[in-house]
Amino acid sequence: MKIILFAYSLLFLSTPTDLVNGDGYKIGDVATDFSLLNVDGEMVSLADFEDAKGFILIFTCNTCPYSVAYEDRIIALDKAYKSKGYPVIAINPNDPAAIDGDDLADMKVRATEKGFNFPYLQDVGQQVYPQYGATKTPHVFVLQKEGNNNIVRYIGSIDDSSRKPNKVKKRYVEQAVDALLAGKSPSTTTTKAIGCSIKTL
Amino acid sequence: MKPNRLLPILLFAIYSFAQTTEVASFDYQQLQPLLHQNSESVQVVNFWATWCAPCIKELPYFEELNKLEGVEVLLVSLDFPKHKQKRLIPFVEKQKLQSKVVHLDDENENYWINEISTTWSGALPATLIYSQNRRGFYEQSFTKSELFKEVKSYF
Repeated sequence: MKIILFAYSLLFLSTPTDLVNGDGYKIGDVATDFSLLNVDGEMVSLADFEDAKGFILIFTCNTCPYSVAYEDRIIALDKAYKSKGYPVIAINPNDPAAIDGDDLADMKVRATEKGFNFPYLQDVGQQVYPQYGATKTPHVFVLQKEGNNNIVRYIGSIDDSSRKPNKVKKRYVEQAVDALLAGKSPSTTTTKAIGCSIKTL
Repeated sequence: MKPNRLLPILLFAIYSFAQTTEVASFDYQQLQPLLHQNSESVQVVNFWATWCAPCIKELPYFEELNKLEGVEVLLVSLDFPKHKQKRLIPFVEKQKLQSKVVHLDDENENYWINEISTTWSGALPATLIYSQNRRGFYEQSFTKSELFKEVKSYF
């Protein structure tokens, strides 16, 4: 019976509707730059960070419990890697008209409460996240600078234990950035984790 | 019957009454057979959480589906384990959910998300629909008519 079920599951592996992963960046693609409003009122672009070697770009928000569960780990990532050339850039992809608690004023409050030392940008008009192919919060893209281009090197989750920070075994983003800093390719380039759908009207 | 023999029975009755709603917590290995049932009914598996607004919005549609003959609905909660007693079970009680509810408590998301569907990025809500000869995965919210139309296409 088990064999039948296994064969059955194999048979249907390729058939489900592929709405999710069809668009957006794949590893090795050139990521677009943007100019988005930060919680401090300034516009921020990747090009502003002349000394950066790359970026830990994280689509996240105020309202998703999975995002909130990762806030301290996002702060720690920025603290550890900004000085090494990989600052965190957080972008809130949610349309504030579609969900309470994710407008710029709310983002300012949260950034202040938690002491975010990194840009927390609003994806005004929801123009940026679809280009990256972000589908949820949190959703991480590690970019590496090559000349004027930012190359996508890692897509996925921060680590392997969203709901229990004390059970983390694999720190995917750290491993990816450490590899890039050492001049190597990350051994794990894509991972998945549960998150909240991006809220649009 | 003497009072000292009645007391345990009474306590048990109170205890049973207070514990009417039980939600099993499963790891993926325990959940997996429920995603591959060899049943004549169309199986609808909705991945949700009490904090997920679009999930809560569409939950009544799944409850209505569950009443249909030939359809079985399973609601797989991805609430935080620490919120199972405080939020999930009170929610199930308050909403009087009739569909089967289980709580998926398994950290290895990077493994089981792909096992459930390679097309699932991990966003909630998400729904698996399958019959004996067809299987589909939907990382989206449904309107009532969309959901019923989709499920009926499996008959």
